[in-house]
Amino acid sequence: MHPALRQIGRHITRHIDGVLLSAVLALMAVGLVVLISASNMSAARVTAQLANLLIALGVMWLFANISPHYLARLAFPLYVLGVLLLVGVALFGEVVQGARRWLDLGITRIQPSELMKIALPLALAWYFDRYEATLRSKHYAIGAVMLVIPVALIARQPDLGTAVLITAAGFFALFLSGLPWRLIAGLAVAGGAALPFVWSALHDYQRQRILTLLDPMQDPLGRGYHTIQSTIAVGSGGWFGKGWLNGTQTHLDFIPERTTDFAFAVFAEEFGLVGCVVLLGLFLFVISRGMLIAANAPNMFTRLLAGAITLTFFTYAFVNMGMVSGILPVVGVPLPLISYGGTSLVSICIGIGILMSIHSHKKLVQT
Amino acid sequence: MSAELSINPGIELRNAQLELHHFQLRLAIATGFVLFMFLLLFGRFFYLQVVKHDQLQTLAEANRIAIVPVVPNRGIIVDRNGIVLAHNYSAYTLEVQPHKINNLENLIDELAALIEITPRDRRRFKRLLEESKSVGSLPIRTRLSDEEIALFAANRHRFPGVEINSRLFRHYPQGEIFSHVVGHIGRVNQREVEQLEADGLAANYRGTDYIGKLGLEQKYESHLHGTTGVEEVEVDSGGRPVRTLSRTPPVPGNNLMLNLDARLQEVAYNAFGDFRGALVAIEPSTGGVLAFVSKPGFDPNLFVDGIDVLNWNELNNSLDKPLVNRALFGTYPPGSTFKPFMALAALTLGKRTPQQAISDPGYFNFGGHQFRDDKVGGHGMVDMYKSIVVSCDTYYYVLANDLGIDAIARFMGQLGFGSRTGIDIEGESAGVLPSQEWKMRRFNQKWFAGETISVGIGQGYNAYTPLQLATAIATIANDGVMFRPHIVNYVEDIRTQERGAVEPNPLRTLDVRKQHLEVVQQALIGVNKEGTSARSFIGAGYVSAGKTGTAQVIGIKQGEKYVESKVQERHRDHALFIAYAPADDPKIALAVIVENAGFGARHAAPIARKVLDYYLLGKLPPPERRKDKDASGA
Repeated sequence: MHPALRQIGRHITRHIDGVLLSAVLALMAVGLVVLISASNMSAARVTAQLANLLIALGVMWLFANISPHYLARLAFPLYVLGVLLLVGVALFGEVVQGARRWLDLGITRIQPSELMKIALPLALAWYFDRYEATLRSKHYAIGAVMLVIPVALIARQPDLGTAVLITAAGFFALFLSGLPWRLIAGLAVAGGAALPFVWSALHDYQRQRILTLLDPMQDPLGRGYHTIQSTIAVGSGGWFGKGWLNGTQTHLDFIPERTTDFAFAVFAEEFGLVGCVVLLGLFLFVISRGMLIAANAPNMFTRLLAGAITLTFFTYAFVNMGMVSGILPVVGVPLPLISYGGTSLVSICIGIGILMSIHSHKKLVQT
Repeated sequence: MSAELSINPGIELRNAQLELHHFQLRLAIATGFVLFMFLLLFGRFFYLQVVKHDQLQTLAEANRIAIVPVVPNRGIIVDRNGIVLAHNYSAYTLEVQPHKINNLENLIDELAALIEITPRDRRRFKRLLEESKSVGSLPIRTRLSDEEIALFAANRHRFPGVEINSRLFRHYPQGEIFSHVVGHIGRVNQREVEQLEADGLAANYRGTDYIGKLGLEQKYESHLHGTTGVEEVEVDSGGRPVRTLSRTPPVPGNNLMLNLDARLQEVAYNAFGDFRGALVAIEPSTGGVLAFVSKPGFDPNLFVDGIDVLNWNELNNSLDKPLVNRALFGTYPPGSTFKPFMALAALTLGKRTPQQAISDPGYFNFGGHQFRDDKVGGHGMVDMYKSIVVSCDTYYYVLANDLGIDAIARFMGQLGFGSRTGIDIEGESAGVLPSQEWKMRRFNQKWFAGETISVGIGQGYNAYTPLQLATAIATIANDGVMFRPHIVNYVEDIRTQERGAVEPNPLRTLDVRKQHLEVVQQALIGVNKEGTSARSFIGAGYVSAGKTGTAQVIGIKQGEKYVESKVQERHRDHALFIAYAPADDPKIALAVIVENAGFGARHAAPIARKVLDYYLLGKLPPPERRKDKDASGA
């Protein structure tokens, strides 16, 4: 290869973490394989998802090249912008399928809750980094407030899935920043005491989902349907699965949302326990790599950011697989890098791009 | 840890190494948490995919495969000349699955905005809804046009739980004329479901919505229905079939070929004009039923998909009782049509010779009662021949007294009076053949000798169905060889063309002498030639035998004269006539009763003449003048 080209190539890939990228690409490949089956080999769907993947990889590359230094400066303004947009959604948002999630900016429609998935860990990491030497309960309280504001706004849209993910992101940031154990215990107690109030604040359909989880058979054709059918799909996969394109639950339309939130049911039915273990392994690999990047990050901001992003990624995967296999209520959380759809894919790849950036910029920051 | 930091809050200690250590500890805890949660997921996967695999695999298969019954085509019913009396046609229906719909009224209103739904459709649907407890789909509209189908298809997303199905429908092209004999099918109700289950037939009726409810449709249900086939289909979650995995074709039901002659039946039905009544015509040499009329009838097509409340009430509450099968279930005193059988009894039991004559003063006194003859002053000297030809009551008063009730009952029992003929439709009435034992059983009372007298002229407790009368006269016509009357000639297997005859063998032969039978037969010929019904048979191109009869509807007090015009219409006497022809080689025997028509010779005999003319000569009666009553009833 021409030295100049090599030079350019090296320049382009300078901030890309090959290890992380390979795991991400493997998961994306699995996602495409599942999509081909789940969409009944719809060329349109697969092409659209390929485009999504290319865009997401581009965005990932972009964020990998942005120094954490700049991100730290952007953190708080982004957070404020996010909260303002969420307030805007609450006031002027468009109602789509009973939920107010979208904001029409005239040129384009945006979903500010997606922005929050990145903005909140950024802001918390920035905040704790700023007071890193003098962290006291007060700071955790402020951190908690920074967490609760967007979560409350998102939960009342309602968008339980995103609320769960953002709560997890914020909580992990707080936890990694050294949230005292007594506060954690206190939170747990307070949370337990607040459960009845949370329950009464939930929308009917949200309560139903939780009740359904406890006993799917009470409404087998209604609210229990998703859980029952996806559980059957997973279980009927057995050790080795029914084979690619051979899932009866999938191809006879018994699995709802099978290209998006329930894509894992398709995978588990067609590839069985062996496939599931491989998939768990891939996710675990990405998470481990993220943890390692966090552990080796040069300062508080990057550590917290890397840790929170990684654990959010884990939360995505766990909540989705838990929901599909019937141990968690049905909330709209896609399986990261597998489920069809561009929005969450991009926000996940932004996170991974940031991880790569933290990894590749650590020497720069340290100096 | 942060707890240590808080020991000296004032000191800003920047110990990067310690902080990193704390962070990494937290990170390790988080990693442990992640591993634990993933282990939990793995446990769940293992539980579902290994431990519960068999069970969930079965569920997945059950999801996937639906066993769909394939309903066989119901056999058709045709008359002896191949005229179709009941057949199937395919049509599209708009069906609603009530259990999937919250507000049915709203839904129907919305549907009605798209597709015409008449008040009758609504009423019928309501009735169906009340009757069915199943979760199947119920038709709200049948026989959709192509435009209506297209219109609904374009809007079907608005109507979950509503669908268009192609179904076979039963149709009775002859309408009310055959309603009582062919009967009709209707939707299977809960009671029938239970009966089918008890009979072990439930599986064969999976998917079958209809079952025979009346007439031949009911009696020959097992022949007509056929054997339900099975299709194993792969279905999607909406229950829509994706592909067929295996198929056992249904076996179509057998066809019924009847003895009935549709045109004869029509001639007979129309011959009644506005009168109510019944007519049964039988081929004496086989017992095959040629015509089986009960008038008024009803449109059996109304019942196929569940009759609506309005029509039902109209039929059920009608004074004319169109739902009653008069030929089968109606019992009437035979009146004077009983006399030839009495004469045969007298000859057989040795109580009379043909020549033995009585002098008729016009009445018979017994036990302080005077039993009057129709003819004031009497018929003079009356032998057996004359007693039948002029229908002399006095002759039979005396005879009945001489025979005694139990001897009469024993003899008439042979002719089938007082017991069901065993015709091949359900709902037959046995009639009343009075005897000492019968009265004791029925009223717990002794028989009075005076009660025997009116039995002799077919009054008193006597009550028989038109079918019994027809069977009895057919037996006389057939020289005492009796057949069980049967409507179906044979059942045809549609695939093998194999025919199973229904009733090929005689039931019994009467214990009577041939010369005695001939005396009665000659007298019956005399009735149509020179007797009470001679006027009705003037100019007939064949020799026929007959007997008129008049049955009292209400009792007439002693000393009071029955005057037709003074009696309310529905209290007027019933007119009866029995006949067969040609006399030397009878091809047809019949009994006809015309309700509240008065004297038998005037109203019943002309109907018989029309029927015989058509059957023997192919002569159609002049077109009936249709009166208002008929027109409004149509």
